[in-house]
Amino acid sequence: MNFPFVKYYKFHYIATGIMVIVSIFCLFKFGLNLSTDFLGGTIWEVDFDSRPANSVIQEKLNKFDLGETTIQPTGEKGVILRFKNIDESVHQQMFSSLEEISKIQEKRFESIGPTIGKELRQKTIILVIVSLVALLIYIAIAFRKLTWPIAGWQYGLVSIITLTIDVLVPLLVLVLLGRFENIQFTIPIVAALLTVIGYTMNDKVIVFDRVRENLLKSKVDSFSDTVNQSLNQIIGRSLSTGFCTLLILFILFIFGGETLKYFALTLIIGIVVGTYTSLFIASALLITWSKREHK
Amino acid sequence: MGLFFKKTESSERSNYSGKQTKKVRLIILAIFVLTILAGSLDYPVLWDKSVNWINSKVGINIPQFHKIPFKLGLDLQGGTHLVYQADLSTIDMGERDASLEGIRDVIERRVNLFGVAEPIVQINRSGESYRLIVDLPGVTDVKSAIDMIGATPYLEFKEQKEQAETDAILKKQQEGDVEAQNIDPYFKSTQLTGRYLKKSQMTFDQTTNNPHVSLEFTDEGGKIFAELTKNNVGKVLAIYLDGSPISIPRVEQEISGGKAQITGTFTLEEAKELAQRLNAGALPVPINLISQQNLGASLGHESLTESLKAGIIGFLAILLFMIIFYRLSGFFAAISLIIYVIFILALFKLIPVTLTLAGIAGFLLSMGMAVDANMLIFSRAKEELKAGRNFSDAITNGTKRAWPSIRDGNFTTILVGLVLFVFGTSFVKGFALTLIVGNLVSMFSAIVITNYLIKFFHRAKPEKSDKIWL
Repeated sequence: MNFPFVKYYKFHYIATGIMVIVSIFCLFKFGLNLSTDFLGGTIWEVDFDSRPANSVIQEKLNKFDLGETTIQPTGEKGVILRFKNIDESVHQQMFSSLEEISKIQEKRFESIGPTIGKELRQKTIILVIVSLVALLIYIAIAFRKLTWPIAGWQYGLVSIITLTIDVLVPLLVLVLLGRFENIQFTIPIVAALLTVIGYTMNDKVIVFDRVRENLLKSKVDSFSDTVNQSLNQIIGRSLSTGFCTLLILFILFIFGGETLKYFALTLIIGIVVGTYTSLFIASALLITWSKREHK
Repeated sequence: MGLFFKKTESSERSNYSGKQTKKVRLIILAIFVLTILAGSLDYPVLWDKSVNWINSKVGINIPQFHKIPFKLGLDLQGGTHLVYQADLSTIDMGERDASLEGIRDVIERRVNLFGVAEPIVQINRSGESYRLIVDLPGVTDVKSAIDMIGATPYLEFKEQKEQAETDAILKKQQEGDVEAQNIDPYFKSTQLTGRYLKKSQMTFDQTTNNPHVSLEFTDEGGKIFAELTKNNVGKVLAIYLDGSPISIPRVEQEISGGKAQITGTFTLEEAKELAQRLNAGALPVPINLISQQNLGASLGHESLTESLKAGIIGFLAILLFMIIFYRLSGFFAAISLIIYVIFILALFKLIPVTLTLAGIAGFLLSMGMAVDANMLIFSRAKEELKAGRNFSDAITNGTKRAWPSIRDGNFTTILVGLVLFVFGTSFVKGFALTLIVGNLVSMFSAIVITNYLIKFFHRAKPEKSDKIWL
């Protein structure tokens, strides 16, 4: 089998470029629909013995100073309430107020101060940056023996560029889901995005490793042919591992319940995109860069 | 190409003779025993039942298996997560850490009194603010938990009761008087409490260099203390924190001037800790609840069963996939994936790893990635077969050549895991730990276990039969 992975690189550059621009545009235009973990505020989930209309609940809550409130039915008897950060005594008073409607069972109560949320936001950004830098350094060291046609650190940089794409596209989907379906960006999703980084990095390393092996093994005339040959050698493994991982994720997406659903979705998109960028973008970038240096 | 393949046909066959065979057998035996032990740790019921059966038949006494439960995170078993902000503005820079540790000890003791199974109380420093994070698994009565934690630590000095009184109470207690059970037979309260303590410090004796704990009272406290010591020369005074005695020093003489020393055979650590505790009682740092999360057990239970169901289906699907695509080798890879799961679950119990929902998802994901190393090896081995090697040599060389990819690929994932573990919040930490452990064990299972299983069951045979192997 000899599939021309790198031949139509212009097409892949344009397609990916458009994706990246749309993602960045949407990210700044709409922003992420951040959960209370990041913003501070209260999320309160209760089950009623018999669920009243939202207006009845709203009426009971009117006497409390809650800022902007949303009431969202969930499951058969449940309601999710969201409002600003409150303290325990207000929580208890609200509990008794709602009990006046019908007996309630508290499933979850989270009230997060605004400073905690802000810190988590900063921490998450730092987390992503530190991970990327650590990976860059590792790749530079693992590929230090390569000098021709491009150096080890350049492999590192190419992987960081493509990893950014792998994270941006799932982010785009999350932005749109947040905007139109009111799906929130939560801590498990951050964990999912970081796992995408880990997984697709693995993918790219395997491509680069084949290239490294083929370069070191014998004298090579055409870098672009070597890259294409390496891609053909690893495609079998790339697809089977991707398939196995996606298998688990699809099952998690279908059976995993509300919390794991979007965790799995984030990973599915990230892994599909990551497999694509490893095969078509990372390799093309290596070649483009080598051509620029050896003009 | 020739670099890796210097072995000749005859030397390949000798792989299976003598020492080599013995080594393979030993390793297979070791894997088998480890798997049995890990499996019994995961699910002790099987071990216990078979041991009972053997014991009854043979009449010997093999003990039941050691039981360790899985450690579930708050999101899976329900519970309360509280974050307090400590107001340290009135405390000197140098003493801040010490007073925070004091407060943590106090909260820990109170939470223990509340009967929480495995509470976690942590100090968290974030920039200029100092926080206390309290995790109470299984606690759903948040209100009383919050009330109890928020109360100021209570320090008091107690003096001995009269001998006659002590005897009377002890006698009643022995007779089973219910009311007497709750009375302290030895000590009675005095006026002196933490309200009058100004400061406590660890000091060293100038001649012996032993660590002591020094107390400094307020003016009023000094007077009460002088009075108290005068009345109790030769007897002991007890220092109680939150209702339990922390030190019972003997009074040598009347102490005026509002200063005292608790001497005794303290280690450095003990003296430091006592001083901290006393400071916490004397100078309660005000703490403010800034965040609370309370998760009902039912919600966690739903997520747990849902994710486990998903996990089992996915697991079976992967086993099937491996066998269809990689034939007998795939079958052995499937076996080592099963062993992988057994090992991982045992490690989760042993380390222990706190399992959160994201952690379980990470573990499920790791099954998909665990077969990756096998696929890398098998696809290399297929290339070797095409190049005309026989099966056993193809696997050996395939493993050798796949190693750099496996190493770099897994280490990058582990690296991300380490970053998450070091910089992440407690929630992310659990996930990171499962990711790291999963990766390390998967490398072991894919490289060592699969290879030795194949070596053990494959005997050098005509190359025709190699087809069903890969």
